[in-house]
Amino acid sequence: MSGPPSADEGLSPAELARKYELSVSGARVSLGEYIRQMWGRRHFIVAFSSAKLTAQYSQAKLGQVWQVATPLLNAAVYFFIFGLLLKSSRGMANDMYIPFLVTGVFVFTFTQASAMAGVRAISGNLGLVRALHFPRASLPISFALQQLQQLLFSMIVLGIVLVGFGHYPSFAWLLIIPTLALQFVFNTGLSLIMARLGAKTPDLAQLLPFILRTWMYASGVMFPLARTLEHAGASKWISDAMLGNPAAVYMDLMRYALIDDYTGANLPPHVWALAVGWAVLFGAGGFVYFWKAEEQYGRG
Amino acid sequence: MAEQTLDKTAEAAQAAPAPSPVPTVIADDVHIVYRVNGGPKGRGSATAALSRIMRRKGAPGMREVHAVRGVTFVAYKGESIGLIGSNGSGKSTLLKAVAGLLPTERGKVYTNGQPSLLGVNAALMNDLTGERNVILGGLAMGMSREQVRERYQGIVDFSGINEKGDFITLPMRTYSSGMAARLRFSIAAAKDHDVLMIDEALATGDRKFQKRSEARIRELRQEAGTVFLVSHNNKSIRDTCDRVLWLEKGELLMDGPTDEVIKAYEKETGK
Repeated sequence: MSGPPSADEGLSPAELARKYELSVSGARVSLGEYIRQMWGRRHFIVAFSSAKLTAQYSQAKLGQVWQVATPLLNAAVYFFIFGLLLKSSRGMANDMYIPFLVTGVFVFTFTQASAMAGVRAISGNLGLVRALHFPRASLPISFALQQLQQLLFSMIVLGIVLVGFGHYPSFAWLLIIPTLALQFVFNTGLSLIMARLGAKTPDLAQLLPFILRTWMYASGVMFPLARTLEHAGASKWISDAMLGNPAAVYMDLMRYALIDDYTGANLPPHVWALAVGWAVLFGAGGFVYFWKAEEQYGRG
Repeated sequence: MAEQTLDKTAEAAQAAPAPSPVPTVIADDVHIVYRVNGGPKGRGSATAALSRIMRRKGAPGMREVHAVRGVTFVAYKGESIGLIGSNGSGKSTLLKAVAGLLPTERGKVYTNGQPSLLGVNAALMNDLTGERNVILGGLAMGMSREQVRERYQGIVDFSGINEKGDFITLPMRTYSSGMAARLRFSIAAAKDHDVLMIDEALATGDRKFQKRSEARIRELRQEAGTVFLVSHNNKSIRDTCDRVLWLEKGELLMDGPTDEVIKAYEKETGK
């Protein structure tokens, strides 16, 4: 056992640390270094998200069949209520309304589930955060990635529904790739923001479902938003704001890509600019916002 | 810093110009406070919680636990340091702060490189097979994919899970508690560390496995620069540590050579 050598005597701990170039444990690293660390953890992020996805249904007898069955049942319920009982299709024929509805439900669920997973990403994994060292943004990003994988299963169902109602694959279907990529960036940012808020205030997990449900009804998941707003006589700025909200934008782009009769006339002006703008704003903004509190995650 | 070590400084100075000890971990007046939501002081019902909010205006059921109060020490390269103290004295909490996993309320911890806490429990998922958990646990500890692939067989062999049949391809929830603990230890012990921290109760499983894991811990200790060991077993502290920190109620009661501190501790606890 050794005491400090005479040269170090009288130095305060902080001075001693400076002399031997020790760094503060648990301090926040620079943004560039943080991104580098995230890149180093990319395999963990992917492995963690697919592990979560697999673990989700591993106790069920049908197992992974539920990946596809859950979105299908979801769509069936919405069709029963909004298509048959409430007739909110506003004059759309069923062969158009059902793909319209199913697309909307799946695309919105993607955003909704990412937000919900994000809010619990830190607060629900405190054990992990307190046991191992890794850039904390790995968790919300991993959860958003899990939702993307889930959506890809839903897209299989969507493909079957589309073909079943006579919408055959065309070149326009390729537009789903940029749309999904942009929506994924947006969702990841949203998930990161929610994760920081949820880490500080776990109560948000209780409140968020209500906010998300309001958002769903305001974005026209089950009814054509533009026509409904016109019908209700909404003023210009309200209808612009509702049509330009990110959920509505990504949903409309997806419908435009997949459904033959859903023409460009249904899209709000500058729709691609909006789609890119929301993705960049939330993606970059969310990442920086999350990183700013990096050293505080893990406190109960 | 510990006053007890100062008289030793004279000896060290006489022995100069021996290479001066390099500090690897410096804790400078560390305070750690847990904030616990919903640690109910009264009855736990919703109406009681609501009336508390109404009466006190805010901070419903928020309690603060001051787990570590102003601990200062310097650890040097090549030291094995034991942490002792009764349950809830803040030993594990202090280790987590050194590892940078828990934010400090006041004070700072300086470290050389990234200290790691030996343990992966939280990253593993019971619904996944042992096989996938080995990979996930390795990645969670910061190993690269190639490293995990390289060490996979070693981890499985060490755990001895496959000694009684092909259990590694079954979900972890089907394992007995002993088997699960063995796999967890095997994953955790697969990585090398600069500053290694070992929490108590690591040696689990049957007698054979305990021997094997003790040997592995000894190996890890030799590779690591500085080792912290939390334990209630005074014998294992005596065997492995040359310096001991005694924590009580979050305060550093004593810091010195193992024999001295353990003797005082045993006297205090009446053992």
